[in-house]
Amino acid sequence: MKKTILALAATASMFAMAAPAQAQMGQVKACFIYVGPIGDFGWSYQHDQGRLYVEEQLGDKVETAYLESVPEGADAERAIERFARSGCNIIFTTSFGYMDATNAVAERYPDIKFEHATGYKREHPNVATYDSRFYQGRYIIGQIAAEMSETGSAGYIGSFPIPEVVQGINAFLLGAQSINPDFELKIVWVNSWFDPGREADAARALIDQGVDILTQHTDSTGPMQVAAERGIYAFGQASDMAEFGPETQLTSIVDDWGPYYLERIQAVLDGTWEQTETWAGLAEGHVVMAEYANMPDEVKAQAEATEASIESGEFHPFTGPINKQDGSEWLADGAVAEDSELRSLNFYVEGVDDELPQ
Amino acid sequence: MRIELEKRPERSKLFSILSPFIALGLTLIAGAILFLSLGKNPVEALFFFFIDPLLYGWSLHELAVKAAPLILIAVGLSVCFRSNNWNIGAEGQFVMGAVAGSVIPVVFHEWQSLLVLPLMMISAMLGGAAYAAIPALLKARLNTNEILSSLMLVYVAQLFLDWLVRGPWRNPEGFNFPETRNFNASAILPEIVDGGRAHFGLVFAIIAALLTWFMMRHTLKGFEIAVLGQSQRAGRFAGFSAARMVIFAFLFSGALAGLAGISEVSGAIGQLRPVISPGYGFTAIIVAFLGRLNPLGIVAAGLVLALTYLGGEAAQISIGVSDKVARLFQGALLFFVLACDTLIHYRIRIRRPAAAGSAIADARPQAETN
Amino acid sequence: MGLFEAILFSVMTAATPLVLAAIGELVVERSGVLNLGVEGMMIMGAVVAFAGAQLSGSAFVGVLCGLLAGAAFSLLFGFLTLTLVANQVATGLALTILGLGLSGMIGERFIGLPGVRLPVLNVPGLSDVPIVGRVLFGQDLLFYLSIALVVGVAWFLFRTRAGLKLRAIGDNHGSAHALGVPVIRTRYLAVLFGGACAGLAGAHLSLVYTPQWVENMSAGRGWIALALVVFASWRPWRLLAGAYLFGAVSIGQLHAQALGIGIPSQFMSMLPYLATILVLVLISMDRRLTLINRPASLAQPFVPER
Repeated sequence: MKKTILALAATASMFAMAAPAQAQMGQVKACFIYVGPIGDFGWSYQHDQGRLYVEEQLGDKVETAYLESVPEGADAERAIERFARSGCNIIFTTSFGYMDATNAVAERYPDIKFEHATGYKREHPNVATYDSRFYQGRYIIGQIAAEMSETGSAGYIGSFPIPEVVQGINAFLLGAQSINPDFELKIVWVNSWFDPGREADAARALIDQGVDILTQHTDSTGPMQVAAERGIYAFGQASDMAEFGPETQLTSIVDDWGPYYLERIQAVLDGTWEQTETWAGLAEGHVVMAEYANMPDEVKAQAEATEASIESGEFHPFTGPINKQDGSEWLADGAVAEDSELRSLNFYVEGVDDELPQ
Repeated sequence: MRIELEKRPERSKLFSILSPFIALGLTLIAGAILFLSLGKNPVEALFFFFIDPLLYGWSLHELAVKAAPLILIAVGLSVCFRSNNWNIGAEGQFVMGAVAGSVIPVVFHEWQSLLVLPLMMISAMLGGAAYAAIPALLKARLNTNEILSSLMLVYVAQLFLDWLVRGPWRNPEGFNFPETRNFNASAILPEIVDGGRAHFGLVFAIIAALLTWFMMRHTLKGFEIAVLGQSQRAGRFAGFSAARMVIFAFLFSGALAGLAGISEVSGAIGQLRPVISPGYGFTAIIVAFLGRLNPLGIVAAGLVLALTYLGGEAAQISIGVSDKVARLFQGALLFFVLACDTLIHYRIRIRRPAAAGSAIADARPQAETN
Repeated sequence: MGLFEAILFSVMTAATPLVLAAIGELVVERSGVLNLGVEGMMIMGAVVAFAGAQLSGSAFVGVLCGLLAGAAFSLLFGFLTLTLVANQVATGLALTILGLGLSGMIGERFIGLPGVRLPVLNVPGLSDVPIVGRVLFGQDLLFYLSIALVVGVAWFLFRTRAGLKLRAIGDNHGSAHALGVPVIRTRYLAVLFGGACAGLAGAHLSLVYTPQWVENMSAGRGWIALALVVFASWRPWRLLAGAYLFGAVSIGQLHAQALGIGIPSQFMSMLPYLATILVLVLISMDRRLTLINRPASLAQPFVPER
């Protein structure tokens, strides 16, 4: 018995290396926590693509590790803690629900950098947050939808009514209204980020209700395939879904986390990492429009022009005059929405036919 | 060659102790083959799965956090299953218990008092029990099958919680993100000792297991549960009511699931959010059977299952196997444990084909096996 | 296609994997075995069917692969619960854990690939009938198979000697054994059948419903299939009705949302579950019917005495 314990202790010391709190010279360990499986071909998949991009770019200078399908809630803190103890220098927690857990662990490990996606709490100097302005892409696809639709109505498959999704719906409709003021939007919530079958059901229901363009704020390629089957157009989400509908996808709003991850990990290597609040979009390359396809040249040209003007900062999708859903004024002529207001957006603009839970 | 079982005259004491170890041995062999085939060092992999999480104080705390809800729920379920009530909706009762227990810290969020926690615990148990009463009443009064109703009510509870935290209970200072206020200090279930996250949920779990063990062993109620579970007819002769047992079993397990729910929310999470359970209510069903429906066995089973979750993560990080491999390994472990428990009640005979032919069916009607 | 026809078509599509998985489980449970691992067998069927179709280029080969995968996977359950009399409930749940892990490993290289869709087979002459033509006769192989299986199982269970024996085993394995009915062998066959059907259901998901492979794509449908068997009080025709009811309410609530009715979507999403409970309550008021149909030996261990 004693022998066994000794043997175990020896093995333990062999494997359990003390966690180096500081990056070793010229080497950094970057760790990622994903909420879904990396095989979802959506949110978590794109974050993992970002991780792989960093590996490719930095080669020997970086070592990465990840945990997938980590449930939000009590398990998150354990997973982050484990990473903190396993010698990670920077930890990316890639779901909103990890917010409190990230801050709690960060307090205990002041020398490790924490990066939390889509949240707003930075309670300690070693916590940064980052997110993307997906709504910029939504405005562009709204315009395309209004140009391409014959029925003047599009179907919108929503996951959950959180500010990010509400921004998207509003931006899409504003884009569409800029072309066709009477454009109609039919919204179906599937109460899931990822359920290919149910998303496909929602897509079928919307098409049966007469929409001829589909857009989704859920992560699977289910709706794209249904659109392809029924011969209507659709927009992709999170990843480029062209392969699932080569003649269907008009474009896709692609999350490209690679550049951000590279920049932040490089900053750790250089010793220049600082707490930041990043909300970047087309200009920084965090939101990328997939190829504009299956549309006439003039529509494509217009989309590219809008993209360019958003990218240069010349145009902001939420520029007044914009009324709220009930007809009251939100933004006066020429006024631009504050970021803080957008980030907690909880109302629709005029013309949306749906009710938000209050 | 065929495998045949022969029932032992009585359960084997030796094998009820030995079988988990045989299972562990088989799992180690299978695991070694699995990891070798993936090109990983099997010793290292198995070390991270089973030993590494036990070496550090913090991960022992985490083990307690993970095991507490599993044990609490499974102890309640054992009473259900023993009395032949198929409650597979503990996940829903967990959620509704958490919701009921959170009324005080969310709606009356400014109230700080020593009374807050006990009231939360009580209302969570009432909430879980009330939610479990639905399938129970439907079964007892209207003869509706409880497997279906309890399972369907899980989805309803999850959607209800989702609606609450996105609508009426959303944190007014939370930028419209789907979560409630953080509970104030007097609504947080304290940690057992400083320096780790293990909260009083584990204490509740162990007390519940001990009390349930005592009830099953030494009280008339325990006898009633056992008799009605074996045979409703025999129960009726003894003057026990099957309908009342349905209600009792469901309320009991619902209350414990509710308590698990509020312990998780107020001990480990600190607020309500759209998803508060990674499927504890379902995993607890496995825990209940791994523990052979014995409350003390369930404590051990809950700890072992929690260990495989922690070990799975350790292996993912340290040797880079995927989460899929971790789950596959966990499934294999469960299979071996379940298979080896056969040895407690049966002898295994391996017969050659010639001998098998001579085994003619016995014409005696078979006694109810259990 | 008119709106009504289109809705019917979507309902059929949504219900078909449920019918396939549930009809298999119905036979398993009729033989007295409770296999809670439907979700695991289904997801295995889905990934292997996708892989088979992808590698062979033929969706039909994919269907066959899905069927075999489901059956092979169920054999594991059979060995544990029938040969080693392990606890059925726990083994079924463990099978699901195993299936989710294993399918993820197998599927890793198929992520992000568009799948091969199972072709539509029109029944000549009938598929042009207004309204029901396309819905009933313009479908794919798996839809026809789901109906054929329900008819076949109904006939087998209640019109054949073998079906009678299978039910006898489910009702009282002790007496059946005493009468010389091979309990274990019959149950093995039932479990295999259940696995094959769950595999077909998985194939439907990855070849028809959404022709692609993504992890966890069964998203709990195996559980719904299990509930439907209970809903049907172990009777094939009622199972078909239950699956279509569930499908109809699920699809109906999406349409209601698209029309913009002001009820929170969470409550709309609850409807299929609540509707199933409500209907079951109504039909189970007749106490005799349910008690007669429930296999009395369900989930009880059995070892032949010698």
